Amino acid sequence: MARKKTDQEADIQFEEAMKRLEEVVHRLEEGEIPLEEAIQLYQEGVTLSRICGQKLDAIEAKITQLIEEDGQLKQKPFRVEGDI
Amino acid sequence: MTSRQIFSVSDLNRCIKQVLEQDDRLQDIWVRGEISNFVHHTSGHMYFTLKDSQSRVKVVMFAGYNRFLRFLPKDGTKVIVRGSISAYERDGAYQFYAREMQPDGIGSLYLAFEQLKAKLAGEGLFAAERKRPLPAFPRRVGVVTSPTGAAIRDICTTIRRRYPQAEIVLSPAIVQGTEAPASIVAAIRIMNSQPDIDVLIVGRGGGSIEELWAFNEEQVARAIAASQIPVISAVGHETDVTIADFVADVRAATPTAAAELAVPHYLEWLERVRQLDTRMSRALSSRLAAERKRLEVLAQSYAMRRPQRRVEEAQQRLDELSLRLGQAVKQLMKGRKDQYQHLSDRIKRYRLTDVVDRQKKAVGLSRARIDELMRQRLDKSRMSFASSLAQLDALSPLKVMKRGFSLVYASGQLVKSVEQFAPGEELMLRLKDGSATARVEQIYREEKRDGTEEDGPRG
Repeated sequence: MARKKTDQEADIQFEEAMKRLEEVVHRLEEGEIPLEEAIQLYQEGVTLSRICGQKLDAIEAKITQLIEEDGQLKQKPFRVEGDI
Repeated sequence: MTSRQIFSVSDLNRCIKQVLEQDDRLQDIWVRGEISNFVHHTSGHMYFTLKDSQSRVKVVMFAGYNRFLRFLPKDGTKVIVRGSISAYERDGAYQFYAREMQPDGIGSLYLAFEQLKAKLAGEGLFAAERKRPLPAFPRRVGVVTSPTGAAIRDICTTIRRRYPQAEIVLSPAIVQGTEAPASIVAAIRIMNSQPDIDVLIVGRGGGSIEELWAFNEEQVARAIAASQIPVISAVGHETDVTIADFVADVRAATPTAAAELAVPHYLEWLERVRQLDTRMSRALSSRLAAERKRLEVLAQSYAMRRPQRRVEEAQQRLDELSLRLGQAVKQLMKGRKDQYQHLSDRIKRYRLTDVVDRQKKAVGLSRARIDELMRQRLDKSRMSFASSLAQLDALSPLKVMKRGFSLVYASGQLVKSVEQFAPGEELMLRLKDGSATARVEQIYREEKRDGTEEDGPRG
């Protein structure tokens, strides 16, 4: 169950998650909603902000290059000049 | 035949001028040639001859056009000139009226550029509505450029710095020389065959106009236009504008700028996420605090604190009222009682015997008075009677008779006048101590009626 949830979380696009998170914050700040809903929204918001944060966690940029060899397109790691 | 029209020279020249100007083919033409007899007149206009190995044509470029020239024309310069043909009436010479001029070489490229630009613009490839928005958070950024140039380095550095989450996919291309256009087109095609490339940067670093020329080629422009992936063009420097720039979805001034346009800055977004997170927490906690406060207020409220209190209060009030009621009744009773007592006392004080006594006394008094009055009256009457009696006694004939008077009766009647009898009649005399009869002898009448005067004759 938890595993599946994580998959679902991972599935959501960052943009979509951000949009939803902004919506959640806006609704919470408006303060016109029932408390139960507010708490539910908050939980959703926390999840979203965690997802967004994770998605933004600095990962070393992957650079690949596409090379055609013998009529086959191959992916190879690419090293930028000057990089060690 | 007979009346053949004869032109004046001016008419002829005007007519020729009109013919030339009416021909659309001659109104926007490009001519290549070498400049000779160049004169830059003090008026600002330029006059020169354009020639090739066989021919020459006179050219005038007015100051209004030649002030935009980016080079200084001089004799021997090979140029490409754009303009129209007309006639100079005064001299009867046709000449070329130049509007634009480029040095040949670069000039020919410029010409090709302008022509392709006009063609593609005519096809609507540059139309604003064709431009696609770039994804805000691309996961894979495609790059079509040289694997060895400055461009790929700038792009990678920029993307790593701003948004290391994005994967960079390079499709290497030859970006200058004769093979360049086909290579760039192939690289764009390969990119489009890949899944999940969100945005594509096509470009190269700075160079001469010839070095950048591949990006002015029609096939490259068409490949960019045909790309399924949104394209950012990034050719050369700020001032270099290529056909690729017109046809791309977004034009970046440089490869670095292209990378900046392609990806967001993750720290900014991280900050935004943090801010949203903070705002969300603040919103909820302030909401919770507000609700807690509300709850506290309610819990602290009079009704909630002592629910019994209301009943008690009512009870107290009831007690108060019943007490007041009792007091009121008591008061009323007391009032009545007092009133009764007062009356009773008054009654008690009121002695009937006294009244009776008083009345008796009054009666007594009245009686005494009446008695007294009666006695007085009686006395008075008695005295009056006695007086009357005395008077009466005094007036009694008997008394008078005692003094010598007698009463005469005739026929039983007291006689007061001689008229009452006649002579010979018997009279009866009554005296003090008896009576006697007498006979009337004679009657003497007297004039006087008064008894006092009659004593003489009587007898």
